[in-house]
Amino acid sequence: MKHTISVVVEDKPGVLARVSAMFSNRGFNIHSLAVGPTHIEGRSRITLVCDAPELEQLQKQLHKLVNVIKVHEFDSSTAVVSEVMLARVACDPGSRGAANDTGALFGARVVDLSEDSITFEVAGDPDLLQAFIDHMTPFGIVDLVKSGRIAMKKQSNMRPAAVSGMSR
Amino acid sequence: MSNQNFTGSKSLLRSLEHEGVEVIFGVPGGAILPAYDPLLDSPIRHVLARHEQGAGHMAEGYAMATGRVGVTWATSGPGATNLITPLQNAMMDSTPLVAITGQVASTAIGSDAFQEAYTTGLAMHCTKHAYLVKDADDIPDIVHEAFHLAATGRPGPVLIDIPKDVLNQETSWRKPTLAGLPGYRPTYEGHPKQIKAAFEMIEAAERPVLYVGGGVIAAGASEELLKFAEQMNIPVTTTLMARGAFPDNHPLALGMPGMHGVYAATTAIQRCDTLIAVGARFDDRVTGKVSAFAPEAKIVHVDVDPAEIGKIRKPDVPVVGDAKAVLESLNERARKLRSEKAAPERRYWFGLIGGWKKNKPLHYDQLDEGPVKVQHFIERLHALTKGNAIVTAGVGQHQMWASQFWGFSRPRSWINSGGLGTMGFALPAAVGAKAAHPDETVIALDGDGCFQMTCQEMITAAVEDIPVKIVVFNNGGFGMVKQWQNLFYGGRLSASEMPIEVPDYPALAEAMGCVGLRVTHPSDVDVAIEKALSIDDRPVLIEVVVDPEEMCFPMVPAGGSNDDVITGPEDLP
Repeated sequence: MKHTISVVVEDKPGVLARVSAMFSNRGFNIHSLAVGPTHIEGRSRITLVCDAPELEQLQKQLHKLVNVIKVHEFDSSTAVVSEVMLARVACDPGSRGAANDTGALFGARVVDLSEDSITFEVAGDPDLLQAFIDHMTPFGIVDLVKSGRIAMKKQSNMRPAAVSGMSR
Repeated sequence: MSNQNFTGSKSLLRSLEHEGVEVIFGVPGGAILPAYDPLLDSPIRHVLARHEQGAGHMAEGYAMATGRVGVTWATSGPGATNLITPLQNAMMDSTPLVAITGQVASTAIGSDAFQEAYTTGLAMHCTKHAYLVKDADDIPDIVHEAFHLAATGRPGPVLIDIPKDVLNQETSWRKPTLAGLPGYRPTYEGHPKQIKAAFEMIEAAERPVLYVGGGVIAAGASEELLKFAEQMNIPVTTTLMARGAFPDNHPLALGMPGMHGVYAATTAIQRCDTLIAVGARFDDRVTGKVSAFAPEAKIVHVDVDPAEIGKIRKPDVPVVGDAKAVLESLNERARKLRSEKAAPERRYWFGLIGGWKKNKPLHYDQLDEGPVKVQHFIERLHALTKGNAIVTAGVGQHQMWASQFWGFSRPRSWINSGGLGTMGFALPAAVGAKAAHPDETVIALDGDGCFQMTCQEMITAAVEDIPVKIVVFNNGGFGMVKQWQNLFYGGRLSASEMPIEVPDYPALAEAMGCVGLRVTHPSDVDVAIEKALSIDDRPVLIEVVVDPEEMCFPMVPAGGSNDDVITGPEDLP
């Protein structure tokens, strides 16, 4: 089962190496990884999506790392989960309109355009990104890159879909 | 003193003095050279090992004999890589160790410079934490943190890698703090709810057994353990790492459980209804096949490291906390209860255990005409020293026999490589223990295979005036390897035999500044031991030529169930 885990760490050299090394050492598999600073100086957050049959053991092992300050698992119903994706879609001038319309349905932004492709930037819930991929596949996806998943605990009980509708 | 010439090296020495370090076990080299200069002006003793691995094991021996942090240092590159084995050894056996390594200059890091190795990366999996010092001003805090990390919570090794230019950098020293460890908060006191639940489960047990691990020794909880076992009337098994945590001559003592454990200890765990694990980690050498381990038992698991709880076997009552603090809390409840109600007699349970002890004791045959059996020698050594010695061991048959036949009476008198199984550990560990306790008799019990891995440390013992006793049981090969080949590979002995006459061990000992003795016949045993015990100005080596065919029993084959103990050759098919 896949878990989304947030690890707040001291922003010190080698911390990411230690965290990822612990995963390989203990036989846990990382699917997605996003690292960045938090609003507190000297603190970074590592957000991981991983396979961990023994989640409790994984969390305990993370806590054993001296530079790890906090470990938290996100439950999809109580967290906002987001990912950014760049997708280059094949299209000639004839199919460009249709591709662009499809992109617009997902709130995707065009960030590059050439004679035979459009590059979209799309952000949001991982399900939304997957739906985007499904709908663009008939055009032909030339290249694709994802940022790694990030998440934050929600303060309300609004459903993610409702919130994203509100923001657009 | 003016700060003008105050360098990173001086700050390092000052920091080590501030931590109360008495002795550093090390080997010099280019990158660590700046630290060797102020060492001449420091009250800290330096023991010059003949190999960095030896230096590391000496620091471990020191730490295991005292409970204080052992300190070793070495140069960059090969000096550092040679320390990896002791670091992993200390990691597995939770030994508090601080290892300091020189590193190439900061400006050269990453350039594949001479004697460069990515030490902090190499140490990542075999230390509790590893530091690379980038600014000499950080030395006081980093050293203080390193000692704190090594000694607290679940103890372990910490590495500090210091580039040569940082050692030469001008700096100043200030009183260190622990402000740099916001995420490190070990739990010592058990949660009162868990203590209550644990106590109730233990009190309700009909066939309880204590499964005591090295955590009890690390926590200094032997007295609390004795009180608890007595107040609750519970038999005690002590793992390889816990030998000495509970006196072997106590009526409740069952000895070591597991692969080469005493039948009664292994079987009591198999048949118990409540297993109380304290500072133990359900190691495969104790459990055998996990799914068949203590099948009827409810488990109470006390450990200072939360990650050990539930790692192998899910406990019914987990208690995260230090063995001493938790046993004290349990004792308090026991005291109250005992004022109203006597401890259960457990006649049925002790009857069963008594039967196992009587019918399946440790046994061996020492024929008058020889060859000498290791077990016999160990029993004679125990008798002639009255057990009043610190004993270290290497890894293999002799280690198991030492654990089985040396009757331990106090903690920190047994020093061995349990988790990692590092051959060559005995001699350097003995040197470290003797450096810590010059007035005690320290005896390295070793096999010929193990001894050849670190035997040059005899020179260290001789030159540094650390007169340890060394017993080399020479069975002409790797006894445990031979045993496995005999039992599981149809007797095809592959690379496990070595000529029994090469090297000439007493001559080797003499060449290295020690006294060398040889025992080949049972009638020589007492004479040689008495002679060795009478010499205290030089290290003494006794080579004991022993039976090359002797196998170590009891034995549970690897991966087998602990219900299937082979108690001796008579049980073999």
